[in-house]
Amino acid sequence: MTHVIQRLGAWTIARVADLGRMLNFLLYAVYVCVADPVRPRHIIKQISFIGAKSSFVIVLTAGFTGMVLGLQGYYTLTKFGSEGMLGVAVALSLIRELGPVLSALMVTGRAGSAITAEIGIMRISEQIDALETMALEPFKYLVSPKLIASLLALPLLCAIFDLVGIWGGYLVGVRLLGVNPGAYFGEMKNSVEWQDVYSGMIKSLSFGVIIAWVCCYKGYYTGHGAEGVSRATTGAVVLSSVLILIWDYFITSVLL
Amino acid sequence: MISLRGVRKWFGSQLVLNGVDLEIPTGEITAIIGPSGEGKSVLLKHMIGLLRPDSGSVQVDGEEITSLGRGGLNRVREKFGMLFQNAALFDSLTVFDNVAFPLQEKTKLTDAEIAQRVREALLHVGLSGVDAKYPDQLSGGMKKRVGLARALLMDPRIILFDEPTTGLDPVMGRGIHHMIKETHAKFGYTAVVVSHEIPEIFDIADRVAVLYRGSIVASGTPEEIKSSSDPMVRQFISGSLEGPIQLEGTMRDEEGFRPV
Repeated sequence: MTHVIQRLGAWTIARVADLGRMLNFLLYAVYVCVADPVRPRHIIKQISFIGAKSSFVIVLTAGFTGMVLGLQGYYTLTKFGSEGMLGVAVALSLIRELGPVLSALMVTGRAGSAITAEIGIMRISEQIDALETMALEPFKYLVSPKLIASLLALPLLCAIFDLVGIWGGYLVGVRLLGVNPGAYFGEMKNSVEWQDVYSGMIKSLSFGVIIAWVCCYKGYYTGHGAEGVSRATTGAVVLSSVLILIWDYFITSVLL
Repeated sequence: MISLRGVRKWFGSQLVLNGVDLEIPTGEITAIIGPSGEGKSVLLKHMIGLLRPDSGSVQVDGEEITSLGRGGLNRVREKFGMLFQNAALFDSLTVFDNVAFPLQEKTKLTDAEIAQRVREALLHVGLSGVDAKYPDQLSGGMKKRVGLARALLMDPRIILFDEPTTGLDPVMGRGIHHMIKETHAKFGYTAVVVSHEIPEIFDIADRVAVLYRGSIVASGTPEEIKSSSDPMVRQFISGSLEGPIQLEGTMRDEEGFRPV
């Protein structure tokens, strides 16, 4: 019994220490962003990788999400004779919730895993040590550009997701199921407020921080060898995704 | 001068360095030799602050580096260059960009001046026409030479070599040793070479230190080491299976010491 309690205690202490190290990592990354400005070309390269190269998967996901929302929304709303509200239902679901969350999850899967693998491989092949021996700050090249790029790219990807999703809902609701196009966009215009867009963007910004933070951290402190990098990559995707969903609940409760 | 006093380092329950005392004289080539897994690379990383000792002192030109923060360490590291065991080239950059990287990031030289310096550095290590290649398109020996060119570029006063000939054929290994000797003569830097290439390392080293079971058990000129009466040193130099050195993974004593 004592042995079990000891192990539980050791496990808890290790997790708390890990949490503290993660927080320090984020604070130091923010400090480096401010104190030692990153060269624009490094940021642009990361925006291209995290943002532009994720746009295809975002458009694809958004299109089908909007289409499903159009389909489900139509069959639910017709029960109440309110199919004219389909545009509002699709737009609010996307702008307030699904756009930020799904775009963040897609970026985590596509770019976040690659970030962890890249930094992890640099760690185990001593490339990060090489930067340090040159008296260069590794965070300036590996973490800060990704953090800034992620902050800039996520809201833009979310905006694309919202737009494509609304058109996906239009395609199914209006073109296939015969909802009045005037009602689809008119009700949307009347009901969607700046506050809705604003809250979605705030969520996207915070998800951008979570993705860059967790994925860079996991890569930076990866385990040994290929298996260590593999575990770090899996851990980064799982932790980022879970944190995005948990944080989404809390931030929604504040923004509502 | 680099001075280490009573350096102890644990990794978990493993004691890797057990009170290392070592002086690295300025302007000379000092070789650190010893069986595999004895912590030679760990010792090297303490000299440049990549690892901090659990106890003991590491001084570079009289300055204690174990208590320095990132800024202070970076200032000390300006004096250093390092060639890693696997060269540690940035695999997403070309050879040119790898060598140019410290110049691009730390100086205000023009692109033309950087290109000139990079070509000169590559020529010093006998490379030309590989500027546009990526590290995975190079042989092991070429990677080491690119790494050496990168280490030489900022005119460091001290260069650390972590097993520079590991994984190379004997001819290429000898070529790298020759290159270290040649560049040392030309630039006059202080060199610390971690190696277990016996007897080749005796040809280039001014001083040799032997690391065994976490401590320096012998140090002196190559001739002094070669004529040492210490059974461990004699066994290591001769490569005999008989003696105090046992095969890796079989040593464990009451202190919990085990090679890494």
